[in-house]
Amino acid sequence: MGTSRLSLNFQDLILTLHRYWAAQGCVILQPYDMEMGAGTFHPATVLRSLGPHPWKAAYVQPCRRPTDGRYGENPNRLGHYYQYQVVLKPSPENLQDLYLGSLIEIGIDPLQHDIRFVEDDWESPTLGAWGLGWEVWCDGMEVTQFTYFQQVGGFECRPVTGELTYGLERLAMYIQGVDNVFDLQFNGEGVTYGDVFLENEREMSAYNFEVADSDALFDEFRKAAAESERCIDAALPIPAYEQAIRASHVFNTLQARGVISVAERQAYIGRVRDLAKAACGAWLERAT
Amino acid sequence: MADFLLELLSEEIPARMQAGARNALARLFAECTEEAGLTTGAIDVHSTPRRLVLIARDVSEATGPSREEVKGPRTSAPPQALEGFLRKTGLSRERLEERDGVFFAVIERQGRPAAEILTDTVKRIVADFPWPKSMRWGSGSLRWVRPLHGIVAILGESIVPVEIDGIASGATTVGHRFHHPGPITIGGAADYVEKLRACHVIVDQDERERLVREEAEAAAAAAELKLLPDEGLVLENAGLTSWPVPLLGQFDAEFLDVPREVIVLTMRTNQKYFACTDKSGGLAPAFVCVANVEANDGGQAIVEGNRRVLAARLADARFFWEQDLKVPLEEQAAKLDGIVFHEKLGTVADKVERVAKLTRWLAETGVVEADPDQVERAARLSKADLVSGMVGEFPELQGVIGGYLAEAQGEPKPVADAIRDHYKPAGQGDQVPTEPVSVALALADKLDSICAFFSVELKPTGSKDPFALRRAAIASIELIVRNGLRLSLTESLRGALANRAGQLRDSETAHRLDRTAGELLDFFAERLKVQQREAGVRHDLIDAVFALGNEDDLVRLLARVKALQQFVETGEGADLLTAYKRAANILKKENWTGPQVMSSPAEQGIPQTGEEDPLVLVEEPGLREAIAEMASGEAGADLPEEKALIVALDAAEPKAAAAVEVEDFTGAMAALASLRGPIDAFFDHVTVNDPDPAKRERRLNLLMRFRDAVNTVADFSRIEG
Repeated sequence: MGTSRLSLNFQDLILTLHRYWAAQGCVILQPYDMEMGAGTFHPATVLRSLGPHPWKAAYVQPCRRPTDGRYGENPNRLGHYYQYQVVLKPSPENLQDLYLGSLIEIGIDPLQHDIRFVEDDWESPTLGAWGLGWEVWCDGMEVTQFTYFQQVGGFECRPVTGELTYGLERLAMYIQGVDNVFDLQFNGEGVTYGDVFLENEREMSAYNFEVADSDALFDEFRKAAAESERCIDAALPIPAYEQAIRASHVFNTLQARGVISVAERQAYIGRVRDLAKAACGAWLERAT
Repeated sequence: MADFLLELLSEEIPARMQAGARNALARLFAECTEEAGLTTGAIDVHSTPRRLVLIARDVSEATGPSREEVKGPRTSAPPQALEGFLRKTGLSRERLEERDGVFFAVIERQGRPAAEILTDTVKRIVADFPWPKSMRWGSGSLRWVRPLHGIVAILGESIVPVEIDGIASGATTVGHRFHHPGPITIGGAADYVEKLRACHVIVDQDERERLVREEAEAAAAAAELKLLPDEGLVLENAGLTSWPVPLLGQFDAEFLDVPREVIVLTMRTNQKYFACTDKSGGLAPAFVCVANVEANDGGQAIVEGNRRVLAARLADARFFWEQDLKVPLEEQAAKLDGIVFHEKLGTVADKVERVAKLTRWLAETGVVEADPDQVERAARLSKADLVSGMVGEFPELQGVIGGYLAEAQGEPKPVADAIRDHYKPAGQGDQVPTEPVSVALALADKLDSICAFFSVELKPTGSKDPFALRRAAIASIELIVRNGLRLSLTESLRGALANRAGQLRDSETAHRLDRTAGELLDFFAERLKVQQREAGVRHDLIDAVFALGNEDDLVRLLARVKALQQFVETGEGADLLTAYKRAANILKKENWTGPQVMSSPAEQGIPQTGEEDPLVLVEEPGLREAIAEMASGEAGADLPEEKALIVALDAAEPKAAAAVEVEDFTGAMAALASLRGPIDAFFDHVTVNDPDPAKRERRLNLLMRFRDAVNTVADFSRIEG
C-alpha cells in the first residue's frame, strides 16, 4: 500500500510542522487558553492580521465545536479537535511553495499523491472576516484551508495575511492510514488518540447536548458581551476581544443545546460580530 | 505581421470562473486593439488552473497615421465653451480651424508600433478584468482572482515590455507544479503550446475536457462499467487539472443500501467524482476521480486515498439514512409545525394543511383521476423529509429522500412516487410528472405557494422573484397542459386562496380574495405567453383568447389559440382579420352599440355578456319579428352584397357555435372563413354610411353581427397585424 511508508504519529506531526515553520521565521506560540471554535479566533491571527506590522506565527489551537460532538461514536467527527495554524503577514510571494514544502516535510510525496487547490472562499460571520483561497486536497481529502485575508472585523487587511489551517486529525489519519480517528497513534509508544480523548468526547457531548445549563449560559453570554463593551470603553482591545471569544463560545454551546431558534441565531451572530469589530477597531487605533 | 502570445500566470483560478475569464480576455483584447486601430487575425484563448492565455495571429506591425476632426463649439459661443473644448482636445486656440462659424479641432496621430499598443493593452486587461471576485495579496494593491505571478508577452520573438505592480513581463513561465518545478523559457506563440505540453501542461481546455471525458469512460469500461455522463463534472475536472489522469476506484458495496441519488450527489458535489453503472443499469460500487499527476506508483496511493475519503463520506450518509429510516414519516410530519415556511405565511405544517385540501379537491372534482384519500395521504407526508437528517445534509434531495423513506416504510407506490416528484418540474427541461397522484400533489403544491405569497403581497416584481413564483406558475402550466387537465384556473386559484384565508382569523385577507384572484389570472396569462413563446405560439393570440373573459381552461384555451394561429397565418385568415378590423373600426367610430330599438342594457339592469338573446324581453310576436329582422341587419337589405353576407352569416354562425361547443376550433375557424368572400364584397360595394339613416343603421347592425360572429372564437381586436 502506497501510504505505508508515511508513519508520523500525531505528536511528531505537530513537532515536524513546528520545526518547519520555525525555520521559516515564525514565532511558535502555544494554544490560546480560551475555548474557541477555530484557530482563526486566536488573537495571534485576528488582531495581528490588522494594521501595518509584519507578523509570522504558527501554533496549535484546540477547537471546540459543541454541535459536532458525536459521543465518540462517529469515526470522523469530534466536538474537540486540533488545528495547526500558520499566519504570514504580508503573505509572501512563495506562500504556496512554502506550504507544499511543509507537506513534503511530513512525508507526502506530491508525485505519488494528488495535491490540488480547490476554490473555497472563507468567511466568518462572527468575526466580520472574509478571504479568498482554496481548500487543499490530498487524494480527494481536504487537508488544509488556505486563505488570503481581505477583511477582518470589517476592516481591510493591509498588508494581506496569508493563513494556513491544517486539520491535524485528518492529516494524521491520512498519513497513518487509519479509518477511525480514535485509532490514531498519538506517540510512538502505543498511546492512541482514543486513549487520550475518547472519554472527553463522550462526556463533553453529554454535557453540551444534555446537561449544560442554558439559563446560566444565556447569563454568561450577556455578561461576556457587557464586559467586552466595558473593555472597549477602557481602550483595552485585547481583553475586549477575549470577551468576544467567550461570548462566541457560549453561543456555540447554546446552539448545541438547541435553545436558539433560526431567527435568533442571526441576532446572536450579529452581537458577537459587533463585539469583535469594536475590539478590532480599538486594536487598529493602537497599531497604526 | 507576427503572432502575439500573452500568458497571465497566477495561483489556481477557480474552475467555474475559467470559461468566463477566457471570454473576457478575448473581448478586452479585441476592444483595446480595435480602439487603437491595430489589426489582428484570429484570436485564441485558453486556460489552465494557473494561467490565462491569449494568442493573436497576424498582428500588424504598426498602426497607420490617422487624422480625426472633432467638431467644437460655435465661434459665437461663450469663452468657457471654447476653453473646455481646448482642454478636451489638448490643442491651443491657433490650432483650431474655423468653418461656417464653428470651431473644428483636427487631431493627427502618428502611427504607433504594435508593441507599444500591446503594452497598453496588457495593462488595461489586467486593470479592467471583470473577475466575479478578486483579491489583494502581500503588500501590493493590485487585484486579481488569486495572486498574479507572471506575465509572458511576446510579439513574434520579442518580449513586449509591461510592468504591473512589480511584475515585469518576460519569456519565462512554469510547467506542471510537481513534474516540472523549474522555469521554462518560451520562444513565442509558435512553441508555447508544445513546450508546455512537454512540461505536463495541456494548455487547451477543450483538449483536457476531451481527455477527461474519454479516459474516464475508458477507465470505467476497463472494469466493464459504464460512466454516468456528467458534462458539468467534465468541465470542472478539466478546470482543476493541467494534466488530467482519470483513475477508477471501488468502494464497499455495502454502501449501496444508501439511496442512489445520495451516493451520486456526494461523489459529485463533495469529491467531483464520476459515478458508474453496471450492465443492468444499477449503480456500481465504483468511482472515477481525476488526478492532476502521473503518479510514480501508477496512481495506487491516489485511488486508495480517495477511496478512504469517500468511505468516510458514505459512512456519514449511511448513518443519517439509517437514523431516518427508524422514524415514521408521519412522526416527522408532526414536527413541521416548528418550521417556519415564511414569517407571513406560518409554518410548513400550515402549508401542508392547505396543500392537502387542494390536492383532495383536485381528486374529488375529477380534475385528476385518483383516489382522494391517497392524494391526501401523499400531501400530508410530502414535506416530512425536511426534518430528516439526510435532507439536512443534502437539501437538494428534498422530495427524493421522502420518496425513498415512504417506500421503505411501506407506503403505496403512487404515494411514494408523488412525494418524490412533487417539486417537479423544477425548471425548464425537467421531467413533468404524469402519474395522477403525483400530478395532483405537484400542482397543488405550486398553486398553493403562488396563491399564498400573492395573498400577502409578496409578488414578483421586475427582475425580483425571490420565491420563484414565476417558475412555479410555468411549472403549473406545464403540469396542466402536458397532462391535459381540465380545470377552471379561476376556481382552483380561488380554492387555494380560500384555504389560506381560512387559516387566518383576520377577515381582511378574505376580503382581498377577489382582487387577488384577478391578479393571479393575469399573472398566469403572462407566464403562459412566456412558456408558449418557445413553442412559437403568438402572445397576441393568447391575449385574444384570454380577452373573451370566460376562458380559463388552459387546455381548451391553447386549443383555441392553436387553431387561431393556423387560421390567421393563412391568406384567408389574414383577409378576414383585415375585414374584421375594418368593421370594428367603423363600429367604434360610429360608437355603434347595437339595434336602436332596444334600450341599453344598463337601463334595463340586465347583466349583458353579449350572449343573451336580445329578444327575450319582447313579448309582442309581430314586433319580435321586426326587431329580429332589424337586429340581424336583414330588414330591407337591398344590395346583393348585403344579402349575400346575411346568407353567409346565417350559415356560418350556427356552424361556428356548434363547433365551439364541441371544442372543434379548427371547424369554427373554417365556418368563419366562409365569411371572407361576402364581407370583402360587402366592403367593396356597400356604403355603410348611407345618407338614409335606416340603411346606415341596418348596415351597421350587419357589421356588428359579423364582428360578434368572429368574436365567438377569440377577441380579434387583440390580434396584431
